[in-house]
Amino acid sequence: MELLLQYIVAGVTYGTIYAIVAIGFNIIYNTTGIINFAQGEFVMLGGMTAFTLKEYMPLPLAILSAVVITMIFGALIEIVFIRWLHKPSVLRMIIITIGLSILIRETALHIWGEGVTALPYFTGTSVTSVNLGGVFISPQVFWAVGISSIMVILLGIFFNFTLLGKQMRACSANREAARLCGISTQNMVTFSFMLSAAIGALGGCIVSPITYVQYDSGSQLAIKGFTVAILGGLGNSTAAVAAAMILGILESFSIWALPAAYKDVVSIAIMLIILFVKPSGLFGNAAAARLKEY
Amino acid sequence: MSSKFLQIFGFAVAIIAIQIFTQITDSAFHLTQLTMTAYYSLLVIGLCMLIGYAGQISLGHAGFFAIGGYISAFLTTHNLTAMKGKPFIALCSKFGLLVGRKDLYGGDLLVFHPWAACIIAVCTVLIVAYVIGGPVLKLKGHYLAMATLGFGIIIYRIVLGTSGLGAADGISGVPGFTLLPGVTISGSGSGKILNYYVAWGILITGMTLLLNLISSRVGRALSAIHGAEDAAEAMGIPTANYKLKVFVLSAGFAAVAGILLTHYNGSIGPSEASVMKSVRYVAIVAIGGMTSIWGAVSMSLILNYFSLRGSFGTYDDAVFGVILILIMLFAPDGLIRAQVLVDLKSFFKRITSKEAAL
Amino acid sequence: MTTLLSVVNLSKRFGGLQAVNEVSFTVTAGSIKALIGPNGAGKTTLFNLISGVISPDSGVINFSDHQVQGLRPHQVASKGMARTFQHIRLFPKMSVLENIMIGRHIHSRAGFVAGMLSIPHTWSEEKKIREKAHEIMAFLDLESLADVEATSLSYGQQRNVELGRALACEPKLLLLDEPAAGLNMSETTELGALISRIRDTGITVLIVEHDMGLVMDISDEILVLSYGKKIADDVPLAVQSNSEVINVYLGEDDA
Repeated sequence: MELLLQYIVAGVTYGTIYAIVAIGFNIIYNTTGIINFAQGEFVMLGGMTAFTLKEYMPLPLAILSAVVITMIFGALIEIVFIRWLHKPSVLRMIIITIGLSILIRETALHIWGEGVTALPYFTGTSVTSVNLGGVFISPQVFWAVGISSIMVILLGIFFNFTLLGKQMRACSANREAARLCGISTQNMVTFSFMLSAAIGALGGCIVSPITYVQYDSGSQLAIKGFTVAILGGLGNSTAAVAAAMILGILESFSIWALPAAYKDVVSIAIMLIILFVKPSGLFGNAAAARLKEY
Repeated sequence: MSSKFLQIFGFAVAIIAIQIFTQITDSAFHLTQLTMTAYYSLLVIGLCMLIGYAGQISLGHAGFFAIGGYISAFLTTHNLTAMKGKPFIALCSKFGLLVGRKDLYGGDLLVFHPWAACIIAVCTVLIVAYVIGGPVLKLKGHYLAMATLGFGIIIYRIVLGTSGLGAADGISGVPGFTLLPGVTISGSGSGKILNYYVAWGILITGMTLLLNLISSRVGRALSAIHGAEDAAEAMGIPTANYKLKVFVLSAGFAAVAGILLTHYNGSIGPSEASVMKSVRYVAIVAIGGMTSIWGAVSMSLILNYFSLRGSFGTYDDAVFGVILILIMLFAPDGLIRAQVLVDLKSFFKRITSKEAAL
Repeated sequence: MTTLLSVVNLSKRFGGLQAVNEVSFTVTAGSIKALIGPNGAGKTTLFNLISGVISPDSGVINFSDHQVQGLRPHQVASKGMARTFQHIRLFPKMSVLENIMIGRHIHSRAGFVAGMLSIPHTWSEEKKIREKAHEIMAFLDLESLADVEATSLSYGQQRNVELGRALACEPKLLLLDEPAAGLNMSETTELGALISRIRDTGITVLIVEHDMGLVMDISDEILVLSYGKKIADDVPLAVQSNSEVINVYLGEDDA
């Protein structure tokens, strides 16, 4: 029983990071219709930058600075590579964002090397744990789940109650109409890149102590995040969180049945099955989905 | 028609010229990379067919390459001596699918004949491509890209995580592949020049097949599908079926490339299955102009050769990333059809016509 | 007089909208039948059902002794049905000749293997395809444009190329989706004459059209739809004087 719970806790921890990547995907997808293949790289950048900065400043400030830097970086990417393209084809956008992800990864390799980095635990150390009914849980797990939950709530408030958030949503619902209402759709796209870069970076900092971060962590996370986004139905962030927990726990249990080396195989196989069987996602509306192209 | 053969003939002449040049300048060591380049190019032209002519992206072609290479490597190195008595092995032996040889220490080795291994590997890849191609090709855009990427990662993870396939080390000690008596695909020793010609001969054969296909009824139907799928369907073209066939065909090219390169190198490792490899192949096709077999081959020749020579140093992957972004930003129709060049051409035309007017 | 196409109790619903409601009709071989009705009457849906783009919820479509409901469009096409599109759908980056050659797809055989090996049989087949395409271009007066990129032509010429592509299929039934849309008066008259000429070569025509003048001129029979239901199916004169049809077209305020 305790072991079962232990697996669930591990699953939830991984699920949290997947959810963060998936939310990043969704924010950009909603405003632009683009899947940003470099989303995982934002997470990696956040974790790596914070690791470097913590040498010079206290941890909270390092994390904050890393988030801001990544956010600016996200904006730059949009302005330099995306903004001036006139109605690019999907294939072109896929290839550009893949190119960006390679470039960011290789740059990170030359800056930080191949080594694995980890931020210190926010509270306690790697051996402290909280005993919860016989299950030993690292305090960092509480930090990860807690901060992510707050982030999801804040995002909900942002999109539903602030003008900027509403403008971004308008942009996703109907770009032309939004533009006619005087919303600068181009700026909204830049905001969406900033927002999803910031969320990714924060995610990278939170999980860094548990899962470690290195220059090539991004692509792994990207494919998991995409799996989760698909599972929840692309564009639906609340469903993505639920889907992330399911995937995290499934993965965690897969270690029982299969060698750990095949862990990724399980989650990607799940993604393929969902794509083949129900591309609208687990919680998607099949009738509405039929009108969309997959 | 005749221009197609003229081009191929010119290409063959260039291949011979390069070999003679390396002979004269005493730089025959370049032939190794050039031979490997030919095999990679075989995959690239198949992928070009899929992306450029059927309009379907695949970020998982390194997976097909690896399946082909790994199956062939496994079957030609895995010692079956201990299982001699098993009915299946005995049956294989009876049909002449197995060969015996001595290992380095004089022990007995009983392994599959390279031809048998090759056929099994190609068939496996074709079947895998057919089975996953059905559902995968129903997807479009991002979904198609992610699904093929997912397939590629699965293959990578499997070869990396399976100890029977050598895990991170891959499989080495793969024997040469005797295609015909006296013609052995192998990287060792004397057959360097022969192997160079064999590899480029196979590539030219592959190109001829594809160029024929492109100018045939099927090729016309494929460009119709690419241009207006619903109209193609209304003209009686079975669009889904054609896309699947091109997918399987391109997977077959990847498999043959993987098998032959594995025998040439004598080994295969998990990096051949990595996502980065798949992305590279797509990059080469994109730089070549998507819908140009010649563009794909020439870019593949240049980029693979320099990459294999180690000219890009530790920036190998970064170079491909940069090229990919630049091409997609500034010349999405490929380098040869880049707007800059078109502008330049019309600029020169204007100048020359002005001069003519004066 | 044989029946080429018979539609029996065909229905299609999109969510809450009954787009086509229990429609039955027949098309006689060698005739021109027009399909008319106000916007949203279900004409395009009916067209898409017949050509296989969408499958019906219920009902039967019999086409030259085959049941074709629920088949894929390419299967329907191979039975001898060709169509044009409301918004012209030519193949970009292909010449007029190549566009029309695509129409010969169902009458030729060379597959992937034959194509790759370029066996002699495919050469003679290609030659036949080319000859037939030229024959059709001559019929439509497109010969001089053979090597021009099809999508670069004027609207009217593109219409003709699309028509040529459909004719290259040598269809038993030709479906025309608003062929006169965007044409001026004299072009429309020419088109009418052309459609009659096509009928005279033995091809049956089913046409959706808004231009009443054209419809009344060339049709042998007219089917009128309103809100997905058939309200009239008769010769032009009878349809013109049908009170329900007049109501639908003129008296919509009363409804």
